[in-house]
Amino acid sequence: MYAINHHDLGTPASDGAAVTLDIDGQTVTVPSGTSLMRAAALAGTSVPKLCATDTLKAFGSCRLCLVEIEGRRDFPASCTTPVANGMKVRTQSDKLSALRRGVMELYVSDHPLECEACPAKGHCELESMAEVVGVTKSPYNVKGPTHQGAVADTSNPYFNFNADLCIVCSRCVRACNEVQGTFALTVDSRGFASTISASQKESFLASECVSCGACVESCPTAALSEKGLITVGKPEKAVTTTCAYCGVGCSFVAEVKGQQVVRMAPNRDGDANHGHACVKGRFAYGYATHADRITKPMIRAKITDPWQEVSWDIAINHAASEFKRIQSQYGRDSVGGITSSRCTNEEVYLVQKLVRAAFGTNNVDTCARVCHSPTGYGLKATIGESAGTQTFDSVQKSDVIFVIGANPTDGHPVFGSQMKRRLRQGAKLIVADPRAIDLVRTPHVKADYHLPLKPGTNVALLNSMAHVIVTEGLTREFYVESRCDVDSYQRWKAFVAQPSQSPEALEAVTGVPAGDLRAAARLYASGNNGAIYYGLGVTEHSQGTTTVIAIANLAMATGNVGREGVGINPLRGQNNVQGSCDMGSFPHEFPGYQHVSNDKARSSFAAEWGVTLAAEPGLRIPNMFEAALDGSFKGLYVHGEDIAQSDPNTQHVTAALSAMECVVVQDLFLCETAKFAHVFLPGSSFLEKDGTFTNAERRISRVRQAIEPLAGYADWQVTAMLSEALGYSMHYSSPSAIMDEIARLTPTFTDVSYAKLDELGSIQWPCNAEAPNGTPTMHIDEFVIGRGRFFVTEYVATAERVNARFPLLLTTGRILSQYNVGAQTRRTDNVVWHEEDLLEIHPDDAEARGIKHGDWVGVASRAGDTVLRAEVTERVQCGVVYTTFHYPESGANVITTDNSDWATNCPEYKVTAVQVSKVNHPSAWQTRYREFSKETTRVARHTDLATSS
Amino acid sequence: MHAEYLVRMANQIGDFFVPDKGESEAPAAIANHMQRFWERSMRTQLVAHWNAGGAGLSPAAFKAAEIVAAHLAATTPKA
Repeated sequence: MYAINHHDLGTPASDGAAVTLDIDGQTVTVPSGTSLMRAAALAGTSVPKLCATDTLKAFGSCRLCLVEIEGRRDFPASCTTPVANGMKVRTQSDKLSALRRGVMELYVSDHPLECEACPAKGHCELESMAEVVGVTKSPYNVKGPTHQGAVADTSNPYFNFNADLCIVCSRCVRACNEVQGTFALTVDSRGFASTISASQKESFLASECVSCGACVESCPTAALSEKGLITVGKPEKAVTTTCAYCGVGCSFVAEVKGQQVVRMAPNRDGDANHGHACVKGRFAYGYATHADRITKPMIRAKITDPWQEVSWDIAINHAASEFKRIQSQYGRDSVGGITSSRCTNEEVYLVQKLVRAAFGTNNVDTCARVCHSPTGYGLKATIGESAGTQTFDSVQKSDVIFVIGANPTDGHPVFGSQMKRRLRQGAKLIVADPRAIDLVRTPHVKADYHLPLKPGTNVALLNSMAHVIVTEGLTREFYVESRCDVDSYQRWKAFVAQPSQSPEALEAVTGVPAGDLRAAARLYASGNNGAIYYGLGVTEHSQGTTTVIAIANLAMATGNVGREGVGINPLRGQNNVQGSCDMGSFPHEFPGYQHVSNDKARSSFAAEWGVTLAAEPGLRIPNMFEAALDGSFKGLYVHGEDIAQSDPNTQHVTAALSAMECVVVQDLFLCETAKFAHVFLPGSSFLEKDGTFTNAERRISRVRQAIEPLAGYADWQVTAMLSEALGYSMHYSSPSAIMDEIARLTPTFTDVSYAKLDELGSIQWPCNAEAPNGTPTMHIDEFVIGRGRFFVTEYVATAERVNARFPLLLTTGRILSQYNVGAQTRRTDNVVWHEEDLLEIHPDDAEARGIKHGDWVGVASRAGDTVLRAEVTERVQCGVVYTTFHYPESGANVITTDNSDWATNCPEYKVTAVQVSKVNHPSAWQTRYREFSKETTRVARHTDLATSS
Repeated sequence: MHAEYLVRMANQIGDFFVPDKGESEAPAAIANHMQRFWERSMRTQLVAHWNAGGAGLSPAAFKAAEIVAAHLAATTPKA
């Protein structure tokens, strides 16, 4: 079912040469390859249809879209008939009307037009097409066999399948195949017995279905429909906004009734997702109104005290007075703030402004510190801009796709689907990952090379690929000579050409067979358009930055930057990682990556903000923890980030938080960090926000308010109130005014405004005088830095080593149905797919320890230990174990260490030496955690308040 | 902050710059990195450790600390 008011053109667009034809007496010019149906629709004539939709290839099964063509005797389907020069087409005639009525009467013989009580009423294409062709009921004997009364499949938590409403048009099957690429659905049986089947006649929940909703979106009737339509009712308004989950940044139309979202329909006009979605963005929005939401400000003197609900004034003034007291007592730099990638650009901008202007320090950092900070450093150093080089659509022109340290089908599912589409068209695939991620082998996709490297050896792997490319003469010398710094290139070339960097020499380090590695390197370098996609499996290492640089080296040496189909593409973990970095969240940079020591930039900000600004970098998050433990850092404003769960070495983090005198948390829920807080300021969900997000392709998209903030204030207003109470006034009439200030101060945002975003839909920065409508592909004629710089990237083994006590390597990641620390997705029905974090362990490692599938196992590292349930699987290689970190009680980060990247302090989540053993009780930490959680999340009842006052 | 923490970070930075810049140019690159990305008190504490003998610092990081010390001295307001 489409979004409200969606106008479907019937078949996908084509891009051939212009063709002119006549449709119903009107001259129409369209690209060759266009269907008659689409040409008619573009000319304003809607041909009746049921099985056709413009996101799917034409199928030609429903026979409703028949037309007449002069000179032809038959009645071809307009969806499958391409236009031709001089063609004369009639879409309406008595004969056509009779044929269409006959077809429709057959449809409604098994799908009575009993529409009043139907959840799809007003949206149903069968209903509207019946009206168009003039059918109100079936003339046939209703006593014959029908599908009426078929038992509905209600197993999926978000949508139902009602077989009795199904017209077997195959749109759902084709959507699952063509759009999502899961191939979970089929039409089972033949003729009258035909029915839609999930996997092998399984329930939707038990099948391979990934609940992306593409089938629901494409269904022309209510056969597949959202449960929200039944439980909430019909929507009253539609608001176009942007998803708050991963870095793909899908556009959605939020259909709303009062203060309730009825459903989130993926936006066909969304530039990042083109109408597709995943189980999180499409369905998992219920957390926004979950009973756990805290909507009243709260304070307490000690973290062991119960929370006390107070007014906004009391909470804000208390927080401000505490920060002032701490700064007065311990110095200006004894406080700081943390911004969140789950918040809008405007909110992030205000928080960093508050820290720099109201606190008067550069102690501001963001959660990108623990994910993509090495991307910022590595790409700025080599090509000059801390961002990916392409659009997502660029992958459709890639010939070789190299995925390293990323799991797009789980972490960035909508882009993963797009990538799979290109792979099904024949692009080659190289996957470098310790685990056999789904892309390695999934329906109709098989990696040409899976390089199952040992965790922590990315640099060695990339160096050995470079060795092959350089020594076998596969570099693009003309490209390098004309675009790159030749001296640094020659140094790099000499380095990687050394025999010590060969795949054979490094095989023992990486664990990757030299032959496979050589073949993969040749494929990447010589396969025409080579694109590299990477994620946190690259960055979250002690050599995370070195790996990003090694990727850039490889891309530049092979001429794979600066056009469509190629590039260096960091897949950002959270929705606004790119934006939070762009907005000056790092302690060394103002918005637009302008270093705080840059006098010109600092003067601009100082003049606009009316304050003197510090010229030296502030503390990063891990440095804040160290400073807290040595007693010099005492106050922290945490805006929408849950460092007590997401940051490594949990016990180290919580000790640091416990050492602070004032922790202010602004969040939706009493999250893990809030357990260590003294002030809680209720935050607002993305449905309540007004602002912008910037996705992994630098695309700025509007976030529009679908419902009012549950706590009464938008997040940006709360930050402005706190700033005011600190003595620094912020006067904005709206988030649009904040963006105007950002544009004034940020060279890459100069021409960005809400008016332009409304006009263009979205904008990829840089957007300025040189690129007034944005920049889809960067570095086209030259690198932002001028000449691209190569660096020697020597492999340095991590200090985290296996030994007899800790013989296995733990690596961590995420799963499709859950997101980051799980604060959102754990509060939705997505838990049916993943109700706890599991430890994946290879059968050989499990057998050696007497571990069976489902056993409780202790996982111990040098940092701590926890207990998880085992999943015995060959997805992980022998010697490697893997877990997710979506549940706080799992304690995944109790095990991870505080090793970090040399350049950025990004934690080394991906390599932790551990031992695993069978146990039968929770870890000591888990026991303590349960008690502590109970104690620190108490909210005083009013009688308690009366007593305490 | 613990000197051990700062020493470990300084040496890690050296592990990148020594192979790239060579022994002679690496200390300046390491020092420049610290000046651009380390908060002042971290540099001050590293320099204090260096003044106390610099135990644990790699040769390149040791020389970098000397450059950082000079920079700090030049940019510290006189009492």
